[in-house]
Amino acid sequence: MANSAVLTGRHFMMGNFACAEGALAAGCRFAAGYPITPATEVAERLAERLPAVGGTFLQMEDEIASMAAIIGASWGGMKTLTATSGPGVSLMLENIGFAVGTETPCVIVNVMRGGPTTGIPTVELQGDVIQVRRGSHGDYQIIALAPSSVQECFDYTVEAFNLAERFRTPVFVLTDAFLGHMREELLIPEPAAIPIADRRLFPKGVDTESLPGFLDEDVAPMPVFGLGHKAHVTSSCHDAYGRRNVVDASALDVFIKKLHNKIESHRDEIVRVTQDVDGAETILVSYGSIFRCAQAVVEAGRAQGLNLGWLKLGTLWPFADKEIRAVAERAKRLIVLENNLGQLFHYVQAAAAGLAPVSFLPPRVLGEMHEIADVLAAVKEVRA
Amino acid sequence: MSLATFDHPLAKYIRPSAKSTANCPGCGNGILAQGILQAIDELGLSLDDFVFVSGIGCSAWIPSPSFFADVLHTTHGRPIAFATGIKAAMPGKHVMVVSGDGDLTAIGGNHLIHAARRNIAMTVVCVNNGIYGMTGGQVAPTTPLGLSTVTTPFGNAENPFDICRLVEGAGASFIARWTTYQPRQIVKTMKKAIQKKGFAFVEVVSQCPVEFGRKTGMGNSVQMMEHYKQNSVAIAKAKTLSAEELLGKIVVGEFLDTDKPELIETMAKVRAKAMASAK
Repeated sequence: MANSAVLTGRHFMMGNFACAEGALAAGCRFAAGYPITPATEVAERLAERLPAVGGTFLQMEDEIASMAAIIGASWGGMKTLTATSGPGVSLMLENIGFAVGTETPCVIVNVMRGGPTTGIPTVELQGDVIQVRRGSHGDYQIIALAPSSVQECFDYTVEAFNLAERFRTPVFVLTDAFLGHMREELLIPEPAAIPIADRRLFPKGVDTESLPGFLDEDVAPMPVFGLGHKAHVTSSCHDAYGRRNVVDASALDVFIKKLHNKIESHRDEIVRVTQDVDGAETILVSYGSIFRCAQAVVEAGRAQGLNLGWLKLGTLWPFADKEIRAVAERAKRLIVLENNLGQLFHYVQAAAAGLAPVSFLPPRVLGEMHEIADVLAAVKEVRA
Repeated sequence: MSLATFDHPLAKYIRPSAKSTANCPGCGNGILAQGILQAIDELGLSLDDFVFVSGIGCSAWIPSPSFFADVLHTTHGRPIAFATGIKAAMPGKHVMVVSGDGDLTAIGGNHLIHAARRNIAMTVVCVNNGIYGMTGGQVAPTTPLGLSTVTTPFGNAENPFDICRLVEGAGASFIARWTTYQPRQIVKTMKKAIQKKGFAFVEVVSQCPVEFGRKTGMGNSVQMMEHYKQNSVAIAKAKTLSAEELLGKIVVGEFLDTDKPELIETMAKVRAKAMASAK
């Protein structure tokens, strides 16, 4: 295996490997994980590739420990990742909340599978969209990206690291069993052509008693360990210096709102939406692997003379409410395609409220892709 | 020198903004905090050489926020898993976990045995007060059989862990137990544990006069320490006693000090091999 972190060139690769390569290209040098279908290949690839580029992969005793280890290593100054599927995310959620509260950059790849519970490991379902948004207790913001091709598995994983570093927060990459195991073309650019963001570091020789290292809406410099900053890092309610305060409700108010606003006030920097909606009456809203269906439906529908357009959510969180509203102002109707029973549908409906009706269409069989004919029939039905 | 200007010799290690303690009067945490800092001081190390990691529970307050060092105060039961990532990222630092028996052996038991199995170089200090103190005196995996607690009002029906034997079976390379009645031995052992290249486990049986002593009838802090004094048995002596004679005794001393392959060092070798064979 190569000792270069960036495998510049043209590849035929599965989505899970592309996520691993994206992580390496972004500068990830520590990963921890626990075997789970359909995400295991991310860990396998990193276990093989990381040592050769000076990094470390640890297979931990469970997903709880995996999440904890990547947070610890991030405070040790490294870019870190874990990869899992829904059941693993269920176990990681407490520590994901810890990463939010302590402002720890890290990336979690969730290769979604059929749930609830142990479900079917090898069937894709977009079932964890709300879980990653709200799964950890309390009120908080999260960033989640949803690639829809092997190329995007690579690109979005790089992007996830950059956002994690920029905003000192955990970032999800939400792929699924379909994308994870699908093989298609992947172009990896020259290292210089891959934009890389690094966390802003605490100034040398300064300790956290004299300079705040937390709770800045514009992102405080990170007092990573080992450099004499003497950082006190707690996920309990704390002030900008990391000093614990579990007495005053007003301190909690600041704690929650600062963390929330750190993401919310920069949502324009984070939210990624692509669209082909010019003059379209009916807009298909989708994300992830299902976007591939939406795009095929629009192409087929246009050939039949239907006035269709598509909107693809590259980021699921923060939610692209403004962008949805802008489209809803011009379109006659929106149809949300998801491989679940309606998770983002309700958010799209709320964003478009009063502007355009929004309907929901799952695939005929959950876990399979939408049939083009089914979607076209639904489009014709809502037009009538 | 007036009393007003007298500084404790270890005060330089205390975070300036840490003005108070969360510990109750009579708590054993102070003895152990002093033991850790005294050991570091005697070794001539700086707190900048360390990263401290604590879990949830009263003993987590030993390093957090008091020690003027890098401190990660983690979720309940998980400090060793966080510490594993820290050590992997910063092999040159001493990583010390300070947490309680509930945190490390109940909710965090899996991480404890696996870190011991990996023999990752870190010091894990387990403050064993035999109870969940912070939440008000509930039974723990270390509570003696038959003892009444707020969640075992008719007596504890479960057998307690012998934590030192647990981590020995799991593969730790340094294991010791003392009580807060033996502060000098704590310092001596702590120095060895810190210098150990491997998983070093130090259990300190410690008094919780408020949630343990008062509720179980073991008495106040002085009475509990008196109990430790009378019931501590050195390892050599314990070997001459029968199981019946050892009932209710606390076997203290250094159980194990051995050398075996350490995780971080082994991983470095793996890395070197991978880099050499990579093209």
